[in-house]
Amino acid sequence: MSMFRRHGDRYVAVFAVDEVRVLRKVAAEVVGLLTDGFDHTDPVVGRLFPDAYPEDGPGSAEFRRYTEGDLKTAKIDQAGAVLAALPDEAGGEVRLDAEAAEAWLRALNDARLAMGVRLEIKDGTDLGAELDDAVAEDPSSSRVFQLSVYAYLGYLQESLLNALID
Amino acid sequence: MGGMAAPQVAPVETPATDEVPAPDRPWVTIVWDDPVNLMTYVTWVFQKLFGYSRERAEELMLDVHHKGRAVVSSGARERMEHDAAQLHAYGLWATVDRS
Repeated sequence: MSMFRRHGDRYVAVFAVDEVRVLRKVAAEVVGLLTDGFDHTDPVVGRLFPDAYPEDGPGSAEFRRYTEGDLKTAKIDQAGAVLAALPDEAGGEVRLDAEAAEAWLRALNDARLAMGVRLEIKDGTDLGAELDDAVAEDPSSSRVFQLSVYAYLGYLQESLLNALID
Repeated sequence: MGGMAAPQVAPVETPATDEVPAPDRPWVTIVWDDPVNLMTYVTWVFQKLFGYSRERAEELMLDVHHKGRAVVSSGARERMEHDAAQLHAYGLWATVDRS
């Protein structure tokens, strides 16, 4: 598994081809969710665009009217920053400046939030145990793959954050 | 969160003023705990958006984590809505409420 390291003012990681494919897939899924697939009744959309006033429907709708367009554009752009920095259909190096690194952080977070909702990650969920259970049930299941990707994105996000803070 | 702690957490653009009485800060931005966001990420976002020190940001993050929520800024309603929108851009679960 790859991780980000700081090289001068750049944040660098070398990805294997499988990692590039996974990152392209999750970033494209976020873009899909925010464009053609945008649906306010989807719990993932509910998490990425939370009600500002949980007990005030009209207040939340008003807030949404003013903020949702910009927020959606920002989220699409940051997923786009991931897609733009990745090699095409091969493994390879990704070099990010500070601005791109922050876009990646936010994009990785959006992808994890979306997957966390779908995978029903709760406070105190033991990812290792979840993965073991899923493997025991069916090692080739989509849940095994999704849980692995979710864990991988967390690891990658943490490595990028540590490189930025360092 | 204690009432006196809130004015110290004003956004960086409106410098913290402990002397400002509560009526001038009638609204608050609240960040809620969620099971996905990394603790280090939440701390980093608080530093980034509000200009808080590492210590202050960590303290707020731990409040979110242990108490389920924390007031991260207070002031005029429009300002709080701006803060909440920024926090949403970083994927944090933020709401606005009366203080």
